Amino acid sequence: MTKALLEVRGLDVDYGAVRALRGVDLSVERGSVTAVLGANGAGKTTLLRALSGLLRPASGTIELDGRDLTRAAVERIVRLGVAHVPQSGGVITELTVAENLRLGGLWRGDRAALARRIDEMYALFPPLAERRSLPAATLSGGERQMLALARALTGSPRLLLVDEPSLGLAPRVVARLMAVLRRLCDEDGRTVLLVEQNARSALSIADRAIVLDLGAVVAAEPAATIAADDRLRHAYLGF
Amino acid sequence: MVRFINLTLAGITSGAVFAAVALALVLIWRATRVVNFAQGAMLMITTFIAWSVIDAGGSYWLALGAALASGLVLGAVVERVVVRPVENKPHLNAVIVTLGLFVVLQAAAGMIWGDTPHSYPPAFTIRGLSVAGTWLLLSPFDLFVIGAVAAVMVALTLLFVRTDLGLKLRAAAFAPEIARLQGVRVGRMLTLGWALAALVGSLAGVLVAPSVFVGPTQFDAMLVFGFTAAVIGGLDSPAGAVVGGLLLGCALSYVSGYVSSDLVTMGALAALITVLMVRPNGLFAASGGRRV
Amino acid sequence: MSIDSRALFRLTLVRHTCGAVAAIAVLYVLTTTAGPYRDLQIAQAAYLTCAVAGLTVLTGLGGQISLGHGAFMAVGAYTAALLIIHQGWPLAAVLAAATGATALTGAVVGAVAARLEGPYLAGATLAFAIGLPGLANYEPLIDLLGGQNGLAVPPPVPPAGLGAAFPLERWQAWIACLGAVLTLFLLANLTRGRFGRTLRAGRDDEIAAALAGLRVARLRIVATVVSAACAGLAGGLLALVATLAAPGAFPLALSLQLIAAIIIGGLGSLAGAVWGALILVFVPTWASDAASTSGLSHNIASNLPLAIYGLVLIAVTLAFPRGLQGGLRDLGGALRRRLPPPRLPTNPPGGADEATTDDAGARPDDRGGAGGRGERVRR
Ligand SMILES: Nc1ncnc2c1ncn2[C@@H]1O[C@H](COP(=O)(O)OP(=O)(O)OP(=O)(O)O)[C@@H](O)[C@H]1O
Ligand SMILES: [Mg+2]
Repeated sequence: MTKALLEVRGLDVDYGAVRALRGVDLSVERGSVTAVLGANGAGKTTLLRALSGLLRPASGTIELDGRDLTRAAVERIVRLGVAHVPQSGGVITELTVAENLRLGGLWRGDRAALARRIDEMYALFPPLAERRSLPAATLSGGERQMLALARALTGSPRLLLVDEPSLGLAPRVVARLMAVLRRLCDEDGRTVLLVEQNARSALSIADRAIVLDLGAVVAAEPAATIAADDRLRHAYLGF
Repeated sequence: MVRFINLTLAGITSGAVFAAVALALVLIWRATRVVNFAQGAMLMITTFIAWSVIDAGGSYWLALGAALASGLVLGAVVERVVVRPVENKPHLNAVIVTLGLFVVLQAAAGMIWGDTPHSYPPAFTIRGLSVAGTWLLLSPFDLFVIGAVAAVMVALTLLFVRTDLGLKLRAAAFAPEIARLQGVRVGRMLTLGWALAALVGSLAGVLVAPSVFVGPTQFDAMLVFGFTAAVIGGLDSPAGAVVGGLLLGCALSYVSGYVSSDLVTMGALAALITVLMVRPNGLFAASGGRRV
Repeated sequence: MSIDSRALFRLTLVRHTCGAVAAIAVLYVLTTTAGPYRDLQIAQAAYLTCAVAGLTVLTGLGGQISLGHGAFMAVGAYTAALLIIHQGWPLAAVLAAATGATALTGAVVGAVAARLEGPYLAGATLAFAIGLPGLANYEPLIDLLGGQNGLAVPPPVPPAGLGAAFPLERWQAWIACLGAVLTLFLLANLTRGRFGRTLRAGRDDEIAAALAGLRVARLRIVATVVSAACAGLAGGLLALVATLAAPGAFPLALSLQLIAAIIIGGLGSLAGAVWGALILVFVPTWASDAASTSGLSHNIASNLPLAIYGLVLIAVTLAFPRGLQGGLRDLGGALRRRLPPPRLPTNPPGGADEATTDDAGARPDDRGGAGGRGERVRR
């Protein structure tokens, strides 16, 4: 077995005096989808924010491909190929759709490749192509999620961190989004860490899953095992 | 009628300068949510630097270049050293720090150059043009003022809209955290934003210097005019700042021409209050402000 | 008001009265032993104390900044000058009128300012400070206000009972000190009571205060009126001490110095206001002394105080966000038990808000669907 792409050991994160993550261990295999599940306030967003450098852990280590990222700046982590799609997307509403997309890949500094990637994104998400020169403020919630995901992909990240992409979307759109995420792994060899409230859809595409509760990992198993565990499902996942 | 036209022309010229100061304020507000109360003092310093170049025998254009370059540097230094610690702090802190800077710069100018105002030469003659036997309140220098401000506006627009750097600057200003997640070095962008704003301000200082003279307190009113123009335009919108500057320039020109030149600042105050009471988000803001 | 709080109120009243009497006694000794030059400085510090104290209440307790207090002082000074020159009113009436006229101006400014926030308020009051002195040069008013030269005010005559040789400067110092002590006494009682509490509540959380039934806007107007009245008294005293009311006495720099004084003294602290005013008077003296002994040029000496204020403003804001005194108090806070923090009369909205957040976060059996809704509500 090759070493995992992302390796997290004993991660503690505090908000002031409040500990939001305690001793989180996580390893994400290359080319897999790993789901992070848990109730509101379990610490899922906190975990992603710590991984992308937005929060500084109190202790523990984060390694990407054997490289220590625990105290690295956001800008550096991005340049190592980690893309973070924040909760509710975080498209910049004052910019146009095309500008949002371009922003996601600017750091690579390769204009021709960026233009190609953006065209691929338009092919993958046709609604974005039609609205490319409109301000992102005019997009619907689902379109914004697409834009956020597409923007992350224009940087060709190795590791994609996605925070609750299904939030507020119709079931059909959720299913499409999940399919896209799965394809990213199967066809492009990307690695996805997927935070979801909607455990059922996440488990349907994930290889593995971890369940967070009050900031601690309570289960880390293959997705099928978790989906089959009635006790876990009832206690933490609500289905 | 001729008087009205003349006052309008004079208003457009001074409005162009107000617009430049307003633009400096707007660029900074947009990027860092700080109203730079030191803007007047910063452009005073850069204008003094230009004056020193001329005083030492340098040409007008060399002096202008010196002012712009020093504006760029001053803006960057101010952001890094003084403003960075109060970004994202309560508004009062930013207000007080920029006021402190205002006072320091004013005192420094007094120490270096003295408190008596100096005259500053215009680039071209300030004798009004004559059209069909009528003298207009529009001189070749006024045309230069309008043209220079317009050129800077166009250049800035191109920079912001057409270039990758401009995209990063806007992203950093609108949504710093999201921008960081896209790999934008936000701190650098904010510094650059302040530098660009100070550059625009320093241009305004040199352009208005022939009429207000160069002294430590000579540019205080420019801050009021620029702020008023920026608020008319919504404080968030560069285009609004330009329109606000021109509107304010004309309005104050009428006040000065028809009422009294001593009431110009009070006129600006009246305009400011009216706008703030009627449309707190500026005359051109779409209804409802963006995030606070 | 319960028995307890009434007793407490009487206690503070007694304490403040004792303080005022003690201050008057100290000032009496000081002014009688000092020469005319020192007396004049004491007078200056005294009228500046009025203005700084008024401003520190507005900004420190009310959270509203004003860059226009120099202009308020101008209103007071011109009112006093006009009344003395044209009406020959007695001193107390002149000062009361100066205070009253400025309070009226403050009501107008306050009505506008109550609707403004942060930088907008600062910008508007800045325009007020720069614009108002210009009125003195306005053609139709030049005869009345004396234009750039201003109005020369006949110096106040010491009462005959004090003897013919009684120095004018000591008399001026007495008037100004009495004004300052009275201002501090009134402000101390005002801010210790309900007014101060509600003012702080409105500053700390406007929405919560409004929901708790406080009329924040009206409160702010009242605060501006009180603060302007203090500045008006300061202006009236300035006219008596400087025997002049001229636009040059009220530059923007004056307003900024007042701001510097409240920051240096510690926002919201009346004792700090006294320190701030003393600094405004004695730093320039010290600077010119230092300049003459070390041979600094005039330009440097005359601008040195301003440079110091500015640097201190920046340094204090960066180092001690609560002002120098506040910073020192913070350091000593561990040693000395502090007064309990001001509380709102009732605070249901804040509590309810927290409860929903906690509910959504802490219950492990929280369902995904319900959580989703909570999430949407929160955003
Ligand atoms: N900025 C913050 N300051 C203080 N506490 C915070 C902050 N952000 C989150 N928390 C707390 O940290 C805990 C974890 O929050 P987090 O946002 O990571 O939860 P989550 O699992 O993403 O929840 P959700 O499904 O609702 O998005 C919660 O108890 C939350 O109240
Ligand atoms: Mg979350």
